[in-house]
Amino acid sequence: MINDALVAALLLVSGAAALISSLGLLRLRDFFLRMHAPAICYTLGSWSIGLASVLYFSAGEKQLTLHVWLVVVILAVTAPITTVLLARAALFRSRQAGRAIPKPLLSAAPVPDKPLEE
Amino acid sequence: MTLIGFAVTTALLLYSIAICVAMVRLFRGPHAQDRILALDFIFLVATLMMLALAIRYDSSMYFEGALLMALFGFVSSAAMAKFLLRGEVIE
Repeated sequence: MINDALVAALLLVSGAAALISSLGLLRLRDFFLRMHAPAICYTLGSWSIGLASVLYFSAGEKQLTLHVWLVVVILAVTAPITTVLLARAALFRSRQAGRAIPKPLLSAAPVPDKPLEE
Repeated sequence: MTLIGFAVTTALLLYSIAICVAMVRLFRGPHAQDRILALDFIFLVATLMMLALAIRYDSSMYFEGALLMALFGFVSSAAMAKFLLRGEVIE
């Protein structure tokens, strides 16, 4: 009974996280702000539904079943790669089009990109 | 209806609303990178939806689907971001 309640609560948390991050995707005003929104779903949404699946199937099969966690691990490994690639592409395109880009985090002057000498 | 059944139905409903809201961004997005971000998010929510369906139908057949969905989402988003960056996918 407690297990059922826990699974139900985790499912609802996951759905709420997906909804919140989609609303963020819709309402934030800049692309570089919008990139933050799916992270809620990538972390809270996938972790809570992964935990819900582990709890549900462990109770159903009377043993610890962890293979659902593979999906969560794959999502956690692949999300930063996509994000970095997309952010670099967006920076490149914004510079090309002359749009405003966010300031660099370091206050010093940015080091110009030089090709490595062979 | 049991507690888990109600929760799964509600979660699937919330996921569907999330996909519909992301579709608005997909069609409206001012630049190509907004559309790729929305598509990546839709792939993610579809993956989570597969996991919810696994609980709904009490079958572990859906995990392979979720795994494939996660991998294809990653590959397609990375390929499209690479295309925006370079103008070609494989160089």
